[in-house]
Amino acid sequence: MKIRLTVNGESREADVWAGESLLTALRDTLELPGSKNACEQGECGSCSVLLDGDLVCSCLVLAAQADGHEVTTVEGLRSEDGLHRVQQAFVEAGAVQCGFCTPGLVVATAALLERVPSPSDDVIREELSGNLCRCTGYAKIFDAVRLAASRA
Amino acid sequence: MSTTRPQTELQLGRVGDPATRHDATPKVTGEFAYSSDLNAAGMLWGVTVRSPHAHAKIVELDISQAVRLPGVHAVLTHGDVPGQKTYGLEFADQPVLAAERVRYYGEPVALVAAEEPEQARRAAAAVRVEYELLEPVVDMERATEQPPLHPDRPTMAHGYREDDRPNVVRHLVIRHGDPDADGDVTVSGVYDVGIQDQAFLGPESGLAVPDGEGGVDIYVATQWLHVDRDQVAPCLGLPPEQVRIHLAGVGGAFGGREDLSMQIHGALLALHTKRPVKIVYNREESFFGHVHRHPARIWCEHRATRAGELVNVQMRILLDGGAYASSSTAVTSNAACFAIGPYKVANALIESTCVYTNNPPCGAMRGFGAVQTCFATEAQMDLLATELGIDPVELRLLNALEPGDALPTGQVVRGSLPTREVIRRAAALPLPDEEPLPRDPLRLPGGAGNTTTGEGVRRGVGFALGFKNICYSEGFDDFCTARVQLGADGSAVVHSAAAEVGQGVAGVILQVARTELGTDDVALAPHTTAAVGSAGSASASRMTWMAAGAVRDACRAALEERERSGGEVDVERVYRHPRTTPLDAETGQITGERAHVALAVAAMRVVVEVDVELGLTRVVWIGTAQDVGKALNPLAVEGQIEGGTAQGLGLALMEEIVTRDGEILNASFTDYLLPTTLDMPPVDIALVEVPEPDAPYGVKGVGEPPTVVSTAAILSAMRTATGRPLTRVPVRPDDICL
Repeated sequence: MKIRLTVNGESREADVWAGESLLTALRDTLELPGSKNACEQGECGSCSVLLDGDLVCSCLVLAAQADGHEVTTVEGLRSEDGLHRVQQAFVEAGAVQCGFCTPGLVVATAALLERVPSPSDDVIREELSGNLCRCTGYAKIFDAVRLAASRA
Repeated sequence: MSTTRPQTELQLGRVGDPATRHDATPKVTGEFAYSSDLNAAGMLWGVTVRSPHAHAKIVELDISQAVRLPGVHAVLTHGDVPGQKTYGLEFADQPVLAAERVRYYGEPVALVAAEEPEQARRAAAAVRVEYELLEPVVDMERATEQPPLHPDRPTMAHGYREDDRPNVVRHLVIRHGDPDADGDVTVSGVYDVGIQDQAFLGPESGLAVPDGEGGVDIYVATQWLHVDRDQVAPCLGLPPEQVRIHLAGVGGAFGGREDLSMQIHGALLALHTKRPVKIVYNREESFFGHVHRHPARIWCEHRATRAGELVNVQMRILLDGGAYASSSTAVTSNAACFAIGPYKVANALIESTCVYTNNPPCGAMRGFGAVQTCFATEAQMDLLATELGIDPVELRLLNALEPGDALPTGQVVRGSLPTREVIRRAAALPLPDEEPLPRDPLRLPGGAGNTTTGEGVRRGVGFALGFKNICYSEGFDDFCTARVQLGADGSAVVHSAAAEVGQGVAGVILQVARTELGTDDVALAPHTTAAVGSAGSASASRMTWMAAGAVRDACRAALEERERSGGEVDVERVYRHPRTTPLDAETGQITGERAHVALAVAAMRVVVEVDVELGLTRVVWIGTAQDVGKALNPLAVEGQIEGGTAQGLGLALMEEIVTRDGEILNASFTDYLLPTTLDMPPVDIALVEVPEPDAPYGVKGVGEPPTVVSTAAILSAMRTATGRPLTRVPVRPDDICL
């Protein structure tokens, strides 16, 4: 089936099958492999994208459900001026190791700071608890979130 | 696959600087290409058919239906492996594809390549395999009395202690001093460790591309490119130079990528179909796709004087190696050699045995045998402290192993080992204040639940030491190669096959090259077997040490060469650490100056809160001091310590592969739990820098000690909180409900 959606501000069309996830469509059809597939069960958050501004696991959304909607992936955060402040903070704080969780965490953090510009540590912990990271132990990720928040 | 140029706007960094990662920008933008992100024109998708039984005979294998399905280009079985039929990291005991028998749940039996992933999966489901079930060997204590899973005994006659019992992978005995020596007090215990998974986030994946001349290029996430090549080529029936392994983006490793996953399978399909073939495991398959941390049972008896001096330590360690050898022989040795921790003991008897079973194959995982024994031996030290009425930190200081003292193997500590300093620094880290109740349920054990207002919460403080070797051991001829090209314009390109798995070795290589060459104009070429010799494995906390040595030497040689000849220079150098020798097969004593290259110690202090009504635990705070030699990049070192600590926390509280008759019951992130942001507390870190004399810049590997110590330290705090012995990890809610 054909779907039409807006991805990172651009109108796109994709030919998907009924059971295809938005994540698979983004990665394999729309050539946007930035969103990662690590569990395909909505447990790890590596595939986090914004669907009409809401944070979702794209592995749990059917591609067909995104028909007519707006999707922002990690590739869409960077502007012509450079990195998004969350991306820049992740780089500077040392919040990236293997980086497989990073796209999801960057999108989740950007979404958090849109809603809560200056989150407390407890709020950061709760809001990012759906994003698994196996390398960092999260400490430098918290540093990055605080750094990005401080630069609003 | 282009040469990665460091970002000029970031802090580039020389040795000792807190440099930002050279690959951080492509990783935060989503542009970094992981092994699962690769594509090639005309690419097919490969899928692996796996055994649904832990132990069975293959009676019949019928691919006739599968090959006829739409889009299918190949269905391959054991008979299609053109070269050597088995492979393995140290012993070639594992079939590329199972022939007459399967020995573990999830063992590869056949391969399919098709145009679309869904077509490949359907064809895999259409491969008909008739099995005759065999009694699985699943109890490691009974394995040595059951029929052998490998009657040809692949790990025997390699210089290890001879052992006639069936299913023994390795049996090591370390006899030190007088094993009958008595103390004034004795404490004993039996400790159990469950199977932990590396759970790297990027599942096994790669792309195999035929070169049109009979050879193949494999782009894959791995830890050691050259040893992959040396296992793949014989199975394909090709000379090594026709198999080129290129490092694709690696989504974490932690030991789980030491063994092969899709490498041979992808290459077989690619050479057979003459098309590029991509294989990507999903999360469930990833649980079958790599080896795990050995589950263990450890019996301990510690004898000491009334004053607290250890007199005699006896430990019997049993490890379940699962179906194939992998690196189990080395894990067996590591578990034994560091079993008693960084303590001076005149007498010891340590027996370490690993057995084959039909459980999931086990091999390397961060800590490599030392995690299991640290948990046991540190529990014993706490017991002893209680028995003697001595402060647990004082007891550890009293027995601390320092340079000049001997290990139970007879090896005298010659390098840096600031055990007392590490203990004192960790013990001096200030504890957080107790938090009053009631409070936000987010800050109670269990997190967001609103079941309680904290009436059952008990606070406990714990302490532990972790101890492990750095680099490979027991006479292994370990080396690391680096190649440096200097351009006429002053620019430099470094070639290294050192696997960047997320730990940051690529950054270290650049820092070393910038330091040695005195320029920031340094690029790192792609990691590949095609352009440079072996770097050895990103394992054993060795990669930073070895790569730093090789790159330093190659840079210095390149500068000398340019001094001599002028113009462009291209030199390759091989670095070796001081040689080690094997342990005596009968006594477990050293046969030369040393069996291990260097040692590292970490101390950790932990505060927990246990809700003894709900059986839930909150780790409130962790403070740690670690012996790092010299921090080449303090930011990256902290990241290793924080991340390594989290993996130990996972083993303490939640991570376990659950099996029934060898079948994995929880192969998903829904059922295999990993620490989240809600589980990890802040970690206060003190770096103790006493340079290692044998290492470049005085460096020591830093990745493993935090994982070794944190499980033990968290359990220590939980025992204080609950008063329970807690002899098994991960701890279950039932264990801590009072």
